[in-house]
Amino acid sequence: MAENNGTYLIRGASILGAGAEDLLISNGVIAARGAAAAAHKDAHGATVIEAAGLVALPGMVDVHTHLREPGREDAETVETGTRAAALGGFTAVHAMANSNPVADTAGVVEQVHSLGRAAGWVDVRPVGAVTVGLAGEQLAELGAMADSRAQVRMFSDDGLCVHDPVLMRRALEYVKAFDGVVAQHAQEPRLTAGAQMNEGAVSAVLGLTGWPAVAEESIIARDVLLAQHVNSRLHVCHVSTAGSVEIIRWAKERGINVTAEVTPHHLLLTDDLVRSYNPVYKVNPPLRTDADVQALRAGLADGTIDVVGTDHAPHPSEHKECEWAQAAMGMTGLETALSVVQHTMIETGLMTWADFSRVTSTAAAQIGRVTDQGRPLDAGEPANIILVDPAARWTVDPAKMATMGRNSPFAGLELPGQVVATFYKGHPTVLDGKLNTPYRESAAAAAGAS
Amino acid sequence: MKHLLSTEDLSLSNAIRILDTAEEMAAVGDREVKKLPALRGRTVVNLFFEDSTRTRISFEAAAKRLSADVINFAAKGSSVSKGESLKDTAQTLAAMGADAVVIRHWASGAPHRLAATDWIDAAVINAGDGTHEHPTQALLDAFTMRRHWSKLAGSASIGADLKGMRVAIAGDVLHSRVARSNVWLLRTLGAEVTLVAPPTLLPIGVEHWPCKVSYNMDDTLAHGVDAVMMLRVQGERMNASFFPSTREYSRRWGFDDNRLRALDSLGLKDTIIMHPGPMNRGLEISSAAADSPRSTVLAQVRNGVSVRMATLYLLLSGETREPAATPGTAASNAAHSTKESN
Amino acid sequence: MTSVTNAPVPARVVLNQADIDRALTRIAHEILEANKGSKDLVLLGIPRRGYPLAVRLAHKIAAADPTVDANAIVGQLDVTMFRDDLSHQPTRPPYPTQLPRTGIDNKVVVLIDDVLYSGRTIRAALDAIIDFGRPRIVRLAVLIDRGHRELPIRADHVGKNLPTSSTEKVRVRLEETDTAADGSVVNEVVIEGGA
Repeated sequence: MAENNGTYLIRGASILGAGAEDLLISNGVIAARGAAAAAHKDAHGATVIEAAGLVALPGMVDVHTHLREPGREDAETVETGTRAAALGGFTAVHAMANSNPVADTAGVVEQVHSLGRAAGWVDVRPVGAVTVGLAGEQLAELGAMADSRAQVRMFSDDGLCVHDPVLMRRALEYVKAFDGVVAQHAQEPRLTAGAQMNEGAVSAVLGLTGWPAVAEESIIARDVLLAQHVNSRLHVCHVSTAGSVEIIRWAKERGINVTAEVTPHHLLLTDDLVRSYNPVYKVNPPLRTDADVQALRAGLADGTIDVVGTDHAPHPSEHKECEWAQAAMGMTGLETALSVVQHTMIETGLMTWADFSRVTSTAAAQIGRVTDQGRPLDAGEPANIILVDPAARWTVDPAKMATMGRNSPFAGLELPGQVVATFYKGHPTVLDGKLNTPYRESAAAAAGAS
Repeated sequence: MKHLLSTEDLSLSNAIRILDTAEEMAAVGDREVKKLPALRGRTVVNLFFEDSTRTRISFEAAAKRLSADVINFAAKGSSVSKGESLKDTAQTLAAMGADAVVIRHWASGAPHRLAATDWIDAAVINAGDGTHEHPTQALLDAFTMRRHWSKLAGSASIGADLKGMRVAIAGDVLHSRVARSNVWLLRTLGAEVTLVAPPTLLPIGVEHWPCKVSYNMDDTLAHGVDAVMMLRVQGERMNASFFPSTREYSRRWGFDDNRLRALDSLGLKDTIIMHPGPMNRGLEISSAAADSPRSTVLAQVRNGVSVRMATLYLLLSGETREPAATPGTAASNAAHSTKESN
Repeated sequence: MTSVTNAPVPARVVLNQADIDRALTRIAHEILEANKGSKDLVLLGIPRRGYPLAVRLAHKIAAADPTVDANAIVGQLDVTMFRDDLSHQPTRPPYPTQLPRTGIDNKVVVLIDDVLYSGRTIRAALDAIIDFGRPRIVRLAVLIDRGHRELPIRADHVGKNLPTSSTEKVRVRLEETDTAADGSVVNEVVIEGGA
């Protein structure tokens, strides 16, 4: 590929799954769409990408990613995690705060932010901790993180629940000052002491301590009422039960400002898999029943659940090659999210590709207040675009993934859909389904200046 | 049958086969030489991540009566950070040439992990995992019940099941691997099981189990029962509000002297009282009940060795470790192959 | 015996019911003769088919010597756990061992089996006997001796010496343990296969 001034002519892509059109990418933005693209002055000398049969979508925005850096670079780094994100079709990820040190100060969120910029694969949006050290006792300096270069808008103690109702109320109130959102990991701690898996028919047989649905639902019920009372914005992380969907649906009907996310694995997998005692299926919140899976799909389709969040949680193998009770909770998800959502939501007829772009990009960017992402694929918009081959089928092999984590619960599964190209700020981070080069601000600036 | 991990997936034919073999093993105890050469040269490792002297010596006696070499490995390190991981331990045992690993672990599913991974190729026998299963305990309980049930019927126990036998299992079902293993095995053998427990000590999901559930001990006895199995209850459970006090527990759910007398007045003269041990006398079972002629507590201990011998023999003697056929066909096949190979 | 064809030959009957009966009658008399009477005799059959043969022999001995109670001198000796091929064969469930009430100490034990071949079963039986007691004498009676010994073992009483190829199979079918394909009663010895 010759130097091309960062200009790409995508030909014949199905925009959001609708009719085939051309897109011209130039200087980091969509310069033209449709017939105007080829006729545009910048089209001359552009790298042509034949995209017949491919779907063009806005780059995916993950509201829930664990990049592990700083502190657990043996599990994942910003570099490896964002490579995985780019390959998975993401152009932005929200990096959760449970690093070591915890992202509870402006210093840590700025560090993560700058690591993300240096890596250049996606926009890394740090999530700030709600409480100091995730300890659930004292508010972290939310304002300082909001004002930092990282411009944090989402705050979460994810991994732990802000279970103290007063603290949760204060956090919800406080973030209103800078249009922030509290993303709650809904898990009542006393009801889940020692919990290992969903509490129900399977846990009864397996003798694993149960994790009742009510532990999630009671916190969500409390929090939506708190959000209503203080008139603030609540986001519910990884909704996993049918009851949670019902409560959120009820809250939305009442006009409460709540958004919710579901993970790809909760859209597909059930607690029956735990019968193997293979800790690759150990996750927080736990895999639930088929009835829950169906309710989550319906909730995502009807808008009760706003977004898909991966909860990508890589772990070193020794944390999974052990007894179930010893194993760490979490699954990788960045490189399988698109395929799992296509499999569970599009192939089932529950959603279209336009819906897909809403739940994986538009709504997610709005929740995180990521202004230059999740935009329409129109002239003048930032060129955060992915091209997807919906007809491709592939078998998940964790060993071939870019993430350092090998803990994919989808290993061995054949799934549809492949990310062929990812454009981040107009630069192809992924081409032909393979990593290309990271986005460089200086190069872009140079290209823009030329 | 390569491993014995649970009774949930133990077929009727394999269960009967183990029980029948155990009958033959029991006869060894009456011989002049109480030892068989069947597992000479085989190595059995007792891998105990949790203390249980009773279970360990039972397996040790069983293995030694079959002439196997026994290695006792008490691995008490309970966390990855503190001790050696299960994987490393398993690979160490594999390198030492263990043919069978008898594993007791505080974590449910640990034996499944050993069997499912490539860490070690030995036969895995679950000697109790967390609150999941304790299959050899259930087999020795069934063996004890079958001898009693066949004697009442005046028939041989070999080949018999437990059809029609009414068994009550009472106590802390929630935390009991013994209860789980017994429920599945007794269902397979055709017995009718009733769980008797305070609602706090029954798992959510118990309604899917192949048994009845009762909150009332006296009603269960009054309905008629052929065996009452009392489960050990830990007094500490009281602190987590599973029940208000040990006194109330023993009054409502324990097998006390009044209930022992009730068996007589109900005309249940052949009902046996079982306990997997160790007993909390005065809590879930009174001394009079534990020491009464109805009690099978010591017979259970004795039968434990026979059942564990049968398990070790059946898992370790075969070359192919093929899934077992029904006893009848297995027997005639064996008889034929005797003449062909010999 | 060397001219067996490769064609699928039906099993050849080498002993029929009458042959078996005559052979057992002769063996019963040989046992009494070798023992100079019935004193201290114990017959231990090896499962599965050695045991019914032992029972038949005991009745024949009792018929010849009215002082003998057939049921009191016959027993079953399982050798499964003593075999030297346990790790090379599919798992075999053991059979019961039942000794006569008199035990075997200082007795004249006659081991009974249907077919003597490599001798390994008898080797296992000798080990098994020692674990139960100390007989004065151990003898061996078999219905068929087909040769091909792998151990220095020989039978004291043989119903029929049957030279065979090692590729052939000798099958003993007794009414106590076997039924024919059509469900009828069988008592016969057949040779199958061979090349």
